[in-house]
Amino acid sequence: MKRFGEFEAVGGIDFTISRGEVFGFLGPNGAGKTSTMRMIACMSPRSGGVLRVTGRDPETDGSEIRRTIGLVPQDDALDSELSVLDNLHIYGRYFDLPRKEIRKRAQVLLEFAQLGERANTKVDELSGGMRRRLTIARALISRPQLMILDEPTTGLDPQARHLVWDRLHQLQSEGVTLIITTHYMDEAEQLCDRLVVMDQGLIVASGTPRELIDSIVSKEAVELRLDPGDATGLVEGLGTLVDRVEMLGDRLCLYGKDGDAILERVLGLGIHPISSFVRRAGLEDVFLALTGKSLND
Amino acid sequence: MTDVALSEGLFGLDSPSARSHPRWMLAFSFWLLLYRRTWRGSILSTFVYPTLYLASMGIGLGGLVNRHVGTHALSLGGVSYLRFVTPGILVASAMQIGINEASWPVMSAIRWQRSYLAQCATPLRVIDVFIGHLAWIALRLLFACAIFVGISAGFGAVQSPLSLLEIVAATLLGLAFATPMAALAALLRGDEAFSTINRLLIVPLFLFSGTFFPIAQLPGQIQFVAELTPLYHGVALCRSLAGGHLLVWSNLVHLAYLLVLSILGVVIGRRTYSRRLER
Repeated sequence: MKRFGEFEAVGGIDFTISRGEVFGFLGPNGAGKTSTMRMIACMSPRSGGVLRVTGRDPETDGSEIRRTIGLVPQDDALDSELSVLDNLHIYGRYFDLPRKEIRKRAQVLLEFAQLGERANTKVDELSGGMRRRLTIARALISRPQLMILDEPTTGLDPQARHLVWDRLHQLQSEGVTLIITTHYMDEAEQLCDRLVVMDQGLIVASGTPRELIDSIVSKEAVELRLDPGDATGLVEGLGTLVDRVEMLGDRLCLYGKDGDAILERVLGLGIHPISSFVRRAGLEDVFLALTGKSLND
Repeated sequence: MTDVALSEGLFGLDSPSARSHPRWMLAFSFWLLLYRRTWRGSILSTFVYPTLYLASMGIGLGGLVNRHVGTHALSLGGVSYLRFVTPGILVASAMQIGINEASWPVMSAIRWQRSYLAQCATPLRVIDVFIGHLAWIALRLLFACAIFVGISAGFGAVQSPLSLLEIVAATLLGLAFATPMAALAALLRGDEAFSTINRLLIVPLFLFSGTFFPIAQLPGQIQFVAELTPLYHGVALCRSLAGGHLLVWSNLVHLAYLLVLSILGVVIGRRTYSRRLER
C-alpha cells in the first residue's frame, strides 16, 4: 500500500512472484505501477501491508536486498557527462565490486548490450535505445537474482524495442527473475509468463496472458466502423454468435468465438460497415473489458 | 542477432560480496570520478580568481590603503593590507565554493542527472548518498583552500606557519555553508531560488563580514549583525591564525559556531534527503 498524503497511489495489492518467472504489471499511466516497483526495489517505504522481497523485509534489510536486485528505472538515471564505460564502472563501485572484476564484467555486458564500439562514448551522444540497453547492462553488473524493469521500451522506436525484447528473452532463458511494468499489450504478451492488470492502484485481474484473454474476452474480435443508425438493433440480430460488445469511440467491437462468422452475419443483415476488421482478441481487449477504458488514454 | 554467452555466470548470488569500504565512500567515489572527467571547468574558480583577487585587492587596493593608513596600521591589526585581506578572500571563496557545490550539483543529482536515484537503487542508503557527497565537497574545499594559501604565500601574504591551519578552518567554513545549502537544495523544486539566495544572502555577507575591511568600520547596529554571521566567524578565525594566534578563547567560539552550523546542516539534510529520495 502506498499513500502520498491523501492520495492512495497503490491500494491493497496481493501477488507472489516465483524465481525465474517473468512477471508483468500492466496498466495505464497512473495505475500505481511505478510506485509498486519502487517499493519492491526497496527505494520507497510502503505505507501499509506486508512486503517480502527475496524472503526479506525491505524496511529492515533494504540495503542487503538491493544488493541482489538490478533496477532499470523508467528515466534511465544515467550520468550523461560520463562515458558508457564510466557509467558501468561507477555502478559496480556502488556494489563495492573490485575494479578488476568490474572491468571483466563490463566487457561482457558491453557485448550483451551491443555497445562494444561505444565504450568511450559519452552517454549524451547515445540514442534512446542505446541508453536503455546501457541501463539494462548497468543493472546487471552486480549479477542480480531479480531484475526490475519499469517501462523498458517506452519511448523507443520499433526496432529498438525488439532489440530490448531480445535481450530480455536472453535474460529469461538464463533464469533471471524479471519484473516488468508496461502499458503496451504486445510487450506484455511477448515477454510475460504471468501478469497482473492494475488500474487506479488495484489489481483488477491476474493470470497468464492467454488465461486472461480466454477467461475475460472471447477468442476473436470484429471491429466495425458503421454509419450512425446502423448500430441500432444490430446486436440483437447477431444472437449467440457475439459474447460481448464494446464501443471504442466511433468503432463497435464485437467479441465471439468465430470472427468471420460474425462478420458474415452482419453483412447478411444488410448492413455495410464503412470498414471492418477481424482479429484475435488481445490483452488490450482484456483491459477494455475490465476497466471500460483503453490503455493509452 | 548474435547471442553473447553469459554462461560465465552474469547472474546469481556468486558476487564477491566481501565488503571492505564504508558505503559513503562508494558514493564519494562517484563525485571524484565526475570531477576527474569535468575538472577543466573549475580551473578559473580554483586557480585564476584567487590570483586575480590577491593582485587587485591585496596589491592594487592595498597599495592605496597602506599609503593612507600606514603599512602596519593598528586598525588592520598591525599588518599590511595584503596580509589583512588575504584571509578574508580565502574564507569568502570557501563560502562561495561551499554554496555552489551544494546547490546545482545537489539539484542535478535529484532532478536532472538523477545520480542520487541511481545510487539509491544500490546497497547505498540515503545517508551514504548524502555523506558521500558532503565528503566530496569537503575535499574540494580543502584542495581549493590549499591552492589559495599556496598562491598567497607566493604573494608574500603569509607570515605564520599557522596559516596551514587556515586551510582547515576555511574548509570548515565552506562546509558550514554547504551542509545547510544541500539540505535546502534537496527540497527545492527549481533552481531560481539559488540566484535569490546569492543576491540576498551571499553577496551582502561577502561584502560586510569583515572580509575587505574591519567590521569596526560599520555602524554599531550593523556591526552587531555582522558579528552574528557565519562568514564573520570564519574570517575572524582565519585572520587570527594568520596572525599566529591559535589558543585564544575567541577562536574556540568561532570554531564552535562553524561546527554547530555544519552539524545542523547534516542533521536537517538527512531528513530532507530522506523526504526527497525515499518517497
